[in-house]
Amino acid sequence: MRTQTRLKRLEKFFASSSLNIALLSKLIILGISNAMALWALTVLLAEGHYLIFTILVVGALLIDYIFLSERAYPLRFIFPGLFFLLLMVVFPIGFTIYVSFTNYGTGHILPKEMVIKQYTDRLMLDEGHPTYKAQIFKNTAGEFAFLLTAPTGEQLVAVDKAATPLTEAGIKLEDSDGDGKVDRLGEYEQESILNIFSSLGKLENLTFAYEDRLLKLRTPETFGCYTPRYQYDPSQDALIDLQTQTTYFAKDGNFTSVTGKSLDIGYQTIVGWRNFQKLFTDQRYSAPFLQVFVWTLVFAFLSVLETLGLGLFLAVLLNDPKLKLRRLYRVLMVIPYAIPAFITCLVWRGLFNTEVGIINNSIFLPLFGKALPWLQDPFWAKVAILIVNLWLGFPYMMLICSGALQSIPGELYEAAMVDGANGWYRFRRITLPLLLSQLMPLLISSFAFNFNNFNVIYLVTRGRPAIPGSITPTGATDILISYTYRMAFEGGSGGDYGLASAVSLIIFMIISIITWINFKSTRALEEVPQYE
Amino acid sequence: MNKESLKFLTEVKKKPRFTPQTWSQLWKQIVIWVILAFVLYPIAWVISAAFDPANTIVGQRIIPKNASFINFIRLFDSELQPFTSWLLNTFKVSLTSSFLGVCITALVGYAFSRMRFHGRKTGLFAILLIQMFPQMLALVAIYLIIFWIGHYFSSFGLDTHAGLTLVYLGGAMGVNVWMTKNYFDTIPQSLEESAKIDGATPFQLFVKIILPLTRPILVVVFFLQFMSNYSEYVLARVLLATNENLTMAVGLQTFIQDQISQRWGVFSAAALIGAAPVLILFWVLQNQLVSGLTRGAVK
Repeated sequence: MRTQTRLKRLEKFFASSSLNIALLSKLIILGISNAMALWALTVLLAEGHYLIFTILVVGALLIDYIFLSERAYPLRFIFPGLFFLLLMVVFPIGFTIYVSFTNYGTGHILPKEMVIKQYTDRLMLDEGHPTYKAQIFKNTAGEFAFLLTAPTGEQLVAVDKAATPLTEAGIKLEDSDGDGKVDRLGEYEQESILNIFSSLGKLENLTFAYEDRLLKLRTPETFGCYTPRYQYDPSQDALIDLQTQTTYFAKDGNFTSVTGKSLDIGYQTIVGWRNFQKLFTDQRYSAPFLQVFVWTLVFAFLSVLETLGLGLFLAVLLNDPKLKLRRLYRVLMVIPYAIPAFITCLVWRGLFNTEVGIINNSIFLPLFGKALPWLQDPFWAKVAILIVNLWLGFPYMMLICSGALQSIPGELYEAAMVDGANGWYRFRRITLPLLLSQLMPLLISSFAFNFNNFNVIYLVTRGRPAIPGSITPTGATDILISYTYRMAFEGGSGGDYGLASAVSLIIFMIISIITWINFKSTRALEEVPQYE
Repeated sequence: MNKESLKFLTEVKKKPRFTPQTWSQLWKQIVIWVILAFVLYPIAWVISAAFDPANTIVGQRIIPKNASFINFIRLFDSELQPFTSWLLNTFKVSLTSSFLGVCITALVGYAFSRMRFHGRKTGLFAILLIQMFPQMLALVAIYLIIFWIGHYFSSFGLDTHAGLTLVYLGGAMGVNVWMTKNYFDTIPQSLEESAKIDGATPFQLFVKIILPLTRPILVVVFFLQFMSNYSEYVLARVLLATNENLTMAVGLQTFIQDQISQRWGVFSAAALIGAAPVLILFWVLQNQLVSGLTRGAVK
């Protein structure tokens, strides 16, 4: 009796202590997350990123809610996964949709205000004002001061972003060695030539306001007078180049003059459907796009067909229990599936090389007396891609087919045999329909996977050979996803993220349709009564 | 030996050597060997190239002359390619992200399997739907996010492995959540009921009861994620920059990009080393993987 009560007490103790551990871990998680959020918030606030600031506040409060409220208990389990899903998948998809309606890309990276500021900060030399001889001084804190002497003998002292005539500056000049040159300027000491050259980059960026102009280092020994080269006129929404007196009007992400000349740096702006219009109506974009689009469908369809064909064929062959070495064959046939795809693709690329490649040298030259232009000719490059994908993909099909074959009840075959159906007929009328209806969702998934099979395309042919006349980097073997990648990251004159995102959006649409069909076909399957 | 079995043996002997049965078996064997030749063709050539000291595609023969390990030595001992770093980076990133990925997946799978809450069904479908879209479609956005994160937390920014791991974790759920959830569903709830009476919290039930019981599916999910992260090319290509920081897929691609014929032997050695870990893992886990695959297929 007594031992039992002691046991109970012990149990109670452990239960309460584990409760404390749960509480403790909860507090630790909350402490860490809130501390990190608080730290990040101070940084964000200091830099003025109010939008991200708000998102983070909401996020941090949400974490607190999830871990403190009993009603949100299931969310504690889902939260980590949800966090990464939102940050790395959902938000990027949303951002991609936004970018597809902008002109974002090389040359159009910054928002308009920042581009205007970049231009209005540019200076031009004002020849109407004198050039000053400059002497450079530095104090112990590392700040620079300049003594400027105009050809007329007028002297200026330039310190802390402004220049003032020496007479008004109230700074004492010292010439301790009496050679007629100033050695000290108040607290500032003359800087040696060597140091001047080493800090030239910093010195060149210092500007000093004087009357209506800016004084700035022109050569290491002289100062020139500068005025802003560009002026922004808000009423016309235009930048005026004061040197050439040209007005550049802001339009569609560029500053363009009446004669059609544009400034180098454009700004990021929303362009509506223009990216999509380009893809569908502008011949320079639409012709390669259409070609890529068709090849993507053909590639994905043929890939599923050929891998299913070979996989199913092998599954049926290896399903024969009388076949010798059956287990060994099964193991060997799965090898391609177990090798990382990127390695396989790179190896095949070497094998397919036209001049020195092994396929040509070991098969085509000795047997047919000629080498095939595997990676140079559009047709043969496509064939090469399909061969590689057959090698990569059939083991998966074999595995799922043999699984499905085993689930077909034997009585069906027996019944058919009684009716006198031969082997091929049995395969065509029993095996195939049953198999296909079972495998349909997987085949559709496989189609969707190959639709975006970047590695096979990019690592074997890198999308080449190039399509002549295409304005974006496009090749005959490019599928939509590699086309997008190359548009964003391989363009000769920089990437066009807006256009690339527009293509991504089109891929999104197609995948959505495929997924919808897939869901429908799975649901249709569920309604079919299964063999019990 | 009794009479009956002797009679059986003599009968077998009397049978003609070539029945239609044996012909069809022979035909099957020939077809299989043709397919095997196709399967083994690239593998044979790569193994041969790895041991061929000539280190070039030009004039390569299937049986190399003076076979040696010189390509493996060249691979690890060269200024050109920091192969050891590539190997370690790949393992670091794919092991970390698959491990954390399994943790995430198991937690989510557990919640969907055992708890009933508002939006459960929708959430389950949403996860599957969202992950139909490969992350590389939003490459530009992901690049910018990592750039921003790196602005504030430099250890998670561009050209860091932590940043790449974050991105891989985004793709961790999807089908894997369904697989784990379905497996969790097969574990009888009665096990947890008794523990619940003793005052265990759901989290304790998860760690102490569910996780040990569901190790097989967790191993499969880990391996599937490991394999896809190990082979991942495009995200790593865009996010990593320094040669020392690259993963094997990106490193080897740049290594042979323009000089495949002069670097063929060294590359082949690298390919063998790169393929070995996954191949071995696959071998060890084959039964579980195949049954997982086919179950998913036929279910």
